Amino acid sequence: MIKVLFFARVKEELDCACLDIAWQADIADLDSLQAYLCRRGGPRWQEVLNRSNMIRAINQAVANDNARIDDGDEVAFFPPVTGG
Amino acid sequence: MTAPPQLAVTVQAEDFEVSALQRELLGGAQEEGAVACFTGYVRGANASGSLQCMELEHYPGMTERSIEGILARAATRWPLLAAKVVHRIGRLRPGDQIVWVGVASAHRDAAFSACEFIMDYLKNEAPFWKKETGSQGAAQWVDVRTDDRVRAARWDDDKPA
Repeated sequence: MIKVLFFARVKEELDCACLDIAWQADIADLDSLQAYLCRRGGPRWQEVLNRSNMIRAINQAVANDNARIDDGDEVAFFPPVTGG
Repeated sequence: MTAPPQLAVTVQAEDFEVSALQRELLGGAQEEGAVACFTGYVRGANASGSLQCMELEHYPGMTERSIEGILARAATRWPLLAAKVVHRIGRLRPGDQIVWVGVASAHRDAAFSACEFIMDYLKNEAPFWKKETGSQGAAQWVDVRTDDRVRAARWDDDKPA
């Protein structure tokens, strides 16, 4: 299973905070998982997730490039951060 | 042999007491010659008008890890004795305290620099998001400020400032 989390504006726009996706070899990296979520969710998901400023994290660490996803990993999609 | 610096992160909804945090940071130790602290407050207005309140969302777990990483980086760069960050989440109003950074070191230059470094990177890396509600009642996610990115980039040359 891959736990997928969405935060802030992304969560609101997708109306989704969390998804459990069955791990499969053909979605075992960030780009493939993102493409899968877009196919599954339709045009709105495609528009939101493919934004150029989207930040992706695996197991609570930001991934700047495409990266491998293992079964049991936690993946997150969120907009640029604005704390402090 | 010197003890490793005491590094701590707290994310909480409750308000905090700055003088108590500073006392805790010192912890009765004698080596500290300098403590530099920063407190951030919610501003009463932004570019689009006055603010009624804001809601701060975060990524539980990653937030703490991210700030712990920033503190550890600061501790490799400057000779720190202790450093702590307290950041609030949830609903905040203009004038409320939102973040506190405290750094203890033997000398002031390390304390000042590390405090600023920690705050600059916190703003750029820690997964918090602000949603502001204006006086007209419309809620809006806050956009990233370019100068926050520029401020953190100043430290990129990897040499102690």
